[in-house]
Amino acid sequence: MKKAIYKIRSNEPLTASVWRMTLAGDTQAITAPGQFVDIAIDGLFLRRPISVCDCEPDRLTLIYKVVGEGTERMSRMKAGDELDLLTGLGNGFSIGADLRRPLLVGGGVGVPPLYLLAKRLLAAGLPVQVVLGFNTAAECFYEAEFRALGCDVTVATVDGSTGVRGFVTTAIAERNLDFDYFYACGPLPMLRALCDAVPQDGQLSFEERMGCGFGGCMGCTCKTKNGPKRICKEGPVLEKGEIVW
Amino acid sequence: MVDTSVELSGWRLDNPVVPASGTFGYGNEFKDFYDINILGTFSFKGTTREPRYGNPTPRIAECTAGMINAVGLQNPGIDAVISDELPRLKGYFNKKVIANISGFSVDEYAYCCERIDRAEQVGLIEVNISCPNVRHGGMSFGTSPESAAEVTRAVKTVTTKPVYMKLSPNVSDIVAIAHACVETGADGLCLINTVLGMRIDVQRRQAVVANTMGGFSGPAIFPLAVRMVYQVAKACAVPVIGCGGVQSARDVIEMMMAGATAVEVGAANLVNPYACKEIIEALPAEMERLGIEKLSDIIGIIE
Repeated sequence: MKKAIYKIRSNEPLTASVWRMTLAGDTQAITAPGQFVDIAIDGLFLRRPISVCDCEPDRLTLIYKVVGEGTERMSRMKAGDELDLLTGLGNGFSIGADLRRPLLVGGGVGVPPLYLLAKRLLAAGLPVQVVLGFNTAAECFYEAEFRALGCDVTVATVDGSTGVRGFVTTAIAERNLDFDYFYACGPLPMLRALCDAVPQDGQLSFEERMGCGFGGCMGCTCKTKNGPKRICKEGPVLEKGEIVW
Repeated sequence: MVDTSVELSGWRLDNPVVPASGTFGYGNEFKDFYDINILGTFSFKGTTREPRYGNPTPRIAECTAGMINAVGLQNPGIDAVISDELPRLKGYFNKKVIANISGFSVDEYAYCCERIDRAEQVGLIEVNISCPNVRHGGMSFGTSPESAAEVTRAVKTVTTKPVYMKLSPNVSDIVAIAHACVETGADGLCLINTVLGMRIDVQRRQAVVANTMGGFSGPAIFPLAVRMVYQVAKACAVPVIGCGGVQSARDVIEMMMAGATAVEVGAANLVNPYACKEIIEALPAEMERLGIEKLSDIIGIIE
């Protein structure tokens, strides 16, 4: 965990409500894909937790959806503006030694943290299959970026305007994807449907309204089979087997 | 060289800055940000007899200049605090700590305080009487002089360390509650706890926190805390730990002028994990600017 000032390099919309911000600054506290940063925003009391989409030693990419006052203010920030960030928060995804054919499943604004994970899995020499779910073609983002990495990408949209018509679970069944483990991030109903639909084990990244983002306030605790866990500290990634739905 | 030290019932603190209970866990998260031995001390997470999961989520709501929490006293229980948390704390904190104890019955308060009283790492016991009294319709112990006195008496009977009662601001006459605690043996007082608050998500037409209401804290409540510290410190002869919305070295000094001997910092830790470190580092310069040589000289100087 580290608190530092970052400078915005770019901030642009990917869809009508999803934005990508790149920042310059020291990212050494970020140790795993699936971790998040917590952003201080002038005039708002609490920080805003945003998952890390990509990071290099001096550069950070965040993708966020404008859903409220904090993210709305973020979308108005410009290149050159400075932001106070806590980085390296949460446990992140872990890559098991016996992993052979991972499947990455992202829904909506749950897609971004899977990008850095895909890079790490590919770097480990593993083939990466990705299923991305959106409501409509207009809401779709990062399909090309995952393909450019060398992932096998399937897109599903609820209205069928692009890719497979239906949910991520429809796409997994329709393409008869062969995988031995999955990683998922997305809305709660998607995570639950996925766990019910596939027998494989996996890791899932959860969201919860947070106070501090680093384990100080107990604001985001959820029940698991291994006892209470703070989504910001022992999470946001939980193993399928420990989840209490 | 200015003197920042203060004394709580014979316990000398290097400085008056104390992270408030519920915003600092058992110190473990914050020691990864800085050496917490620079603190005056800290008040650990409110601890009960049984382990508690707390309330359902969402537990947090943002407010203008503050936040609402409805964590519901999540804690591992007194046994785990004594067997796990305190030994672990010893590994990175070489000062005594304030033990914050909560309960849902007079018996529970007495049981927990008696147990924690034997821990040599504990400097004083802070008793949170803002919890609901489950045997009496869920009214908070801290909202009537009689029940506040009952808890104080029960705790004082079974303890040897100084006992500070942490008062709720959600009362019509906080001085009456303070008197009741002091008359039954409280060695000191800590105030204020959070102010009962509520936010509504107007789009979804429901309360933001699952518990509907929660404790409002942050800089928005600072003037309220200063006023209550002032009233209580004027009326009672025991030391007062001031708490509520403190964000800066200047706020610490203001709270002490109102009558506080030490000052707790709460919500500020949650937005800036370095808040207490920055306040402690800023204190000497702020004192010099204000012509204060010895911080304890300004306690309660406002007439």
